[in-house]
Amino acid sequence: MSQDAIIEIKDLEVVFGSGSAAVRAVNGVTLRVERGQTVALIGESGSGKSVTLRSLLRLHAPKKTTIKGNIRVAGHDVLSLSSSALSNFRGEVCSMIFQEPLLALDPVYSVGDQIVESIQRHKGCSRAEANKKALELFERVKIPSPERRLAAYPHEMSGGMRQRAMIALALACDPQVLLADEPTTALDATVQIQILLLLRELQKTLGLSIVFVTHDIGAAVEVADRIAVMYAGQIVEEGDVRTIMRAPRHPYTKALLQSRAHGSLDRGQRLATIPGAPPDLAKLPPGCAFAPRCTYAQDECREGTIALISLGESHSARCRRTDVTHLPHTESVET
Amino acid sequence: MNASLSIPAASVAAIEQSPGYWSGVFKRFLRDRVAMIAAVVVLVLVLLALFGTYVTPADPYQSSMLKRLKPIGTEGFLLGTDELGRDMMSRLMVGARLSLFMGITPVLFAFLIGSVIGIIAGYTGGWLNTAIMRTVDVFYAFPSVLLAIALSGALGAGIGNALISLTLVFIPPICRVAESVTAQVRSRDYVEAARASGANAFAIIKTHVLGNVLGPIFVYATSLIAVSMILASGLSFLGLGVKPPEPEWGLMLNTLRTAIYTQPWIAALPGLMIFITSISFNMLSDGLRSAMDVKQ
Repeated sequence: MSQDAIIEIKDLEVVFGSGSAAVRAVNGVTLRVERGQTVALIGESGSGKSVTLRSLLRLHAPKKTTIKGNIRVAGHDVLSLSSSALSNFRGEVCSMIFQEPLLALDPVYSVGDQIVESIQRHKGCSRAEANKKALELFERVKIPSPERRLAAYPHEMSGGMRQRAMIALALACDPQVLLADEPTTALDATVQIQILLLLRELQKTLGLSIVFVTHDIGAAVEVADRIAVMYAGQIVEEGDVRTIMRAPRHPYTKALLQSRAHGSLDRGQRLATIPGAPPDLAKLPPGCAFAPRCTYAQDECREGTIALISLGESHSARCRRTDVTHLPHTESVET
Repeated sequence: MNASLSIPAASVAAIEQSPGYWSGVFKRFLRDRVAMIAAVVVLVLVLLALFGTYVTPADPYQSSMLKRLKPIGTEGFLLGTDELGRDMMSRLMVGARLSLFMGITPVLFAFLIGSVIGIIAGYTGGWLNTAIMRTVDVFYAFPSVLLAIALSGALGAGIGNALISLTLVFIPPICRVAESVTAQVRSRDYVEAARASGANAFAIIKTHVLGNVLGPIFVYATSLIAVSMILASGLSFLGLGVKPPEPEWGLMLNTLRTAIYTQPWIAALPGLMIFITSISFNMLSDGLRSAMDVKQ
């Protein structure tokens, strides 16, 4: 792998609460993101994607959360930053865009004011300079008639426009890393693709590294260089987009890809689904967390810890059955 | 405000000219007819309170044994006279000053103190929240009239002590509103977004919490003005607030109660003023509430 990793997560564990009620949201995530790369974390709800993302900014309430492991972002050891260093780190090195821009923008201030405030806080420049910078940002994220839009309140903008404003706000202090928590989920399909293209373009022109959480595989394919599939707080498969899409090796990834609607479904044809439900994170089963729902699972899958198996250059899967998972799935495979 | 504003950039100027949040609120408020009527009534009352002494038709303190309890519409006494023959109209006009003062001042102080306590409790959470809010609950458990009378009685009669006791009565409810709104705002995405962009607790409280919390607390406090006036009148009625011969509506209600069988309309007039004032303040706060709701 390249030396130039901007994000290095090692054995990240995040536990909410304690004792018998402890929820093990993330169980040993290791992830590298190289400079200028876009990585998509995909998975079901509750698979630990957003928790992993938020850990990168240490956004979890410290009293109720136990975080173990090691996170380095652009040379900063995130988990041991002092609170003032953390304030500087957030926004300047690494910033985040949220799922629902209407909720993530303060309703009583105009979007321009919010961007200006963030710039002034970090750069300590005059209001006029900050205004100029805000205008530049609005042009950069392609908001039409940016002067007028800066004065608008969040509720006066359309969903796509709000998300653009949110991106502008996140880019206010020239971060190197942009975290996106399902940035297109709340938007309609035509706007989604515009936002994804915008992210892609910003990533190229500004040299950003993006970590992108989504459960929309289509969106991940559109913007990501690499995809990491998460299940029950672990990365179960990781590889570049093409490999994951064409030759997935983990049964969960395979099932996930099959459960998408390809083009149009014939009348009466059912969408493939994954039977069962994700495990309760408060009491994970031993062995592979996906085993109870897996059509390939054997007894050996239900004990011990499952190691990540390398499957060639930058492709790995956390599965003991990778020897058969690349074969076309047939009913004869014993369960 | 600072020198940087003079930088001649057309686009920057456009941002400066943006209509603020409050001008939007004001515009919506102007369109609300009921609230506008209430605002006009309140304005008239405030003007009476400020300048009432200069425009009274007669001396409000001048009593006359011969002209006691004249009915409404008597020559020279438009609204009649009270039990000591003083002009009711003049007394009601001058009475606006003390009554409004007793209504607004305690709420204002309680607003300042209660907001600070409530925002601190709501934002920090944890044991500090529990400690503050349970203490507040102890006060809140008393009926407000009882608490006001008890505090006033303990402190002794007089306007100053009545103001202190009313302020103490209103801190707990304002504190509770402030706490609950702050706790709501604290968990909003934009607060998390602000944290993600590097804002510390102080910056978050200053912009996001205050910006979103003061409006609702203010509206709630406005509705307390009416309650405060009624309580203040009650204290005066019991002899714990304003002392005769000062004209104050609650006190007037008290002294006129002996005339309820001979001149019921005159005896009811101070009560009518209290009613009009309190309902106007309530309508005003309702109008403010809907005008401040940005998501209409």
